[in-house]
Amino acid sequence: MSGTFVGMPAFPKAARDAVRDTTLRGNLRHATHTIRDKRAKAVAELDDWQQLREAGKRIKDLTLRHLDRHLLRLEESVTAAGGTVHWAADAAEANRIVGDLVKATGETEVVKVKSMATQEIGLNEALAAEGIHAYETDLAELIVQLGDDRPSHILVPAIHRNRAEIRAIFRDRMAGWGRPAPEGLTDNPADLAEAARLHLREKFLRAKVGISGANFMVAETGTLVVFESEGNGRMCLTLPETLISVVGIEKTVPTWQDLEVFLQTLPRSSTAERMNPYTSMWTGTADGDGPQTFHLVLLDNGRTDALADDVGRQALRCIRCSACLNVCPVYERAGGHAYGSVYPGPIGAILTPQLRGTTSEIDASLPYASSLCGACYEVCPVAIDIPEVLVHLREKVADRGGPGHRLEKAAMKAATWAMDHPGAMAAGERAASRTRALHPRRPPGAGAWTDSRDLPELPAEPFRDWWRKNRT
Amino acid sequence: MRVALFVTCVNDAVYPATGIATVKLLERLGVEVDFPAGQTCCGQPQFNTGYRHETEPLVRRTGRVFEGYDHVVTPSGSCVAMIRDNYPRIGRRAAAEGRGGELAEVARSLVPRVYELTEFLVDVLGVTDVGAYFPHTVTYHPSCHGLRLLGLGDRPRRLLEAVKGLELRELPGAEECCGFGGTFAVKNPDVSAAMGTDKVRNAVATGADVLCGADNSCLMHIGGILHRQDAPLRALHIAEILLSTEAEPHL
Repeated sequence: MSGTFVGMPAFPKAARDAVRDTTLRGNLRHATHTIRDKRAKAVAELDDWQQLREAGKRIKDLTLRHLDRHLLRLEESVTAAGGTVHWAADAAEANRIVGDLVKATGETEVVKVKSMATQEIGLNEALAAEGIHAYETDLAELIVQLGDDRPSHILVPAIHRNRAEIRAIFRDRMAGWGRPAPEGLTDNPADLAEAARLHLREKFLRAKVGISGANFMVAETGTLVVFESEGNGRMCLTLPETLISVVGIEKTVPTWQDLEVFLQTLPRSSTAERMNPYTSMWTGTADGDGPQTFHLVLLDNGRTDALADDVGRQALRCIRCSACLNVCPVYERAGGHAYGSVYPGPIGAILTPQLRGTTSEIDASLPYASSLCGACYEVCPVAIDIPEVLVHLREKVADRGGPGHRLEKAAMKAATWAMDHPGAMAAGERAASRTRALHPRRPPGAGAWTDSRDLPELPAEPFRDWWRKNRT
Repeated sequence: MRVALFVTCVNDAVYPATGIATVKLLERLGVEVDFPAGQTCCGQPQFNTGYRHETEPLVRRTGRVFEGYDHVVTPSGSCVAMIRDNYPRIGRRAAAEGRGGELAEVARSLVPRVYELTEFLVDVLGVTDVGAYFPHTVTYHPSCHGLRLLGLGDRPRRLLEAVKGLELRELPGAEECCGFGGTFAVKNPDVSAAMGTDKVRNAVATGADVLCGADNSCLMHIGGILHRQDAPLRALHIAEILLSTEAEPHL
């Protein structure tokens, strides 16, 4: 296992190993079902959930439609509040900007708030190449970082680990990164949390530079917002002298009033809480209070391309709650790593191919990593019709005619031809029925179906023949 | 009232008993059913695999074949969902691509007339007790497209509860997908089989004799696993249960 997703095999192959890993299946099943049930209860408490969902969807759509204007407004507000705004077209540019900003402080260490955007661009690896150590301070991200592992969930990056595994990681790896785990560490959750707290505390108190993302950016005042549970974010956002926030451009909302909707829908959808424990908001800098230097790096990295796609753009409404992961039957069996991206699950299957394109094997396989059951759409707090986007992206992949798709297209064309010629279809059906005694239930070459399932027995005659004989 | 049966390609070729049961059940309820022979497939396999343009001839054909019928009834939730959700989309995209309004017109005309069987029974005919007799324990799997796209709700359950002799058992995790998903079943066979195996384990745990559904494509997948595992229950379409009477029992 390594810290990046480069060179991932296609989804079906990666998922095969996960399906066979019984520990992983058990960890994921327990965790996703627990949070799934809790979310359902938290959402059911609100009579106006569907209206909130619709409001969230409309706020995001309206903002995205005029994103250029809102971003300029945001830049103006952040600048007026004492911050500096940087524009990054892609991951390389964002990493270069952040690297230069850190180097300019003369520091070689940064503490990080859990952030999807910085994971997406591989910031930690880029900083390491510049000799800068980036320390993850979210408990689960710490587990992932210490374990030289990859995140497998948006909200719970170490969801694939159980507490015995976490204990082993802390015991074996903490010393290499700073304060070692206490002697005789148990796998009691409170003891594990205390070990992390002690390990991280020295980093919070030492670090001069903090790096974060943001859940929202309010354009009218230039305020950034982070939702979190552990308080590590609050430490990173207030203790360092310099704060650098890397945020996707789609995280903008025009006004504080818009934020009101998401303050209700995000915690209930993600952690199944009425309100998350820590909501940090900051507007530029304030003399003598918190970081005295603030930089905002606005990240595109494929978002403008997604925005140009009239079906695919709804993926940009995503508020990273991960409710879709927790209800997804495919995610539950395949695990997050199989998706080959920091965005796993249903949202990852529509976001990653739009942000990265579909030239790699893994990215081209993601739109097919779904049975289109629709459970994700049902729980999405901003009503992203994930199945609609999946099918739309399948069309794009098929149109490119990559490996296997040329043959598939020919087969689909042939099927359409036969089905547009009922005589040909009926002849085929009759031929199959007449020779049915010869059809094995597990024919050779049908392994994708018959490794685990038998084929149905064919009937003596198709329905249309029964109809002709009995009703005409 | 002119009523057409859209039997669907899977039922025509593999599960004619479901089509026959639908016809006989509707006739028993006083509905005269027609079967326009030009019908084939709604195009769902093509569309959901990413071949929208290859789907269009089948949209046109389906629209043409069912022109003039007041109601089009089909014993397949996912094929109704294909027509109801995706035909308008196909029409909109064709229009956006500058290819005229023909496909959108097909959708506009056809969509309001298409019914899944349990919808037709409960909403149009207004019956829940169809006079059926089926002395078995049954558990019901609500297929995803019926459950989430059509919103069938408790219609199948109300129909089953009114069947004399039938004991309905709750299926644990009923709303979880069985893992069929059309070409998903062969493109991601390991995940599909894992989902199906969990579904079968839950079904077996109910102790029921019959796993009932309203979508034979899902039942083909679940039934294939049941057969492979030699499980003590069999998959059966709801139409065949509703057709069964004391005078003419199904089993």
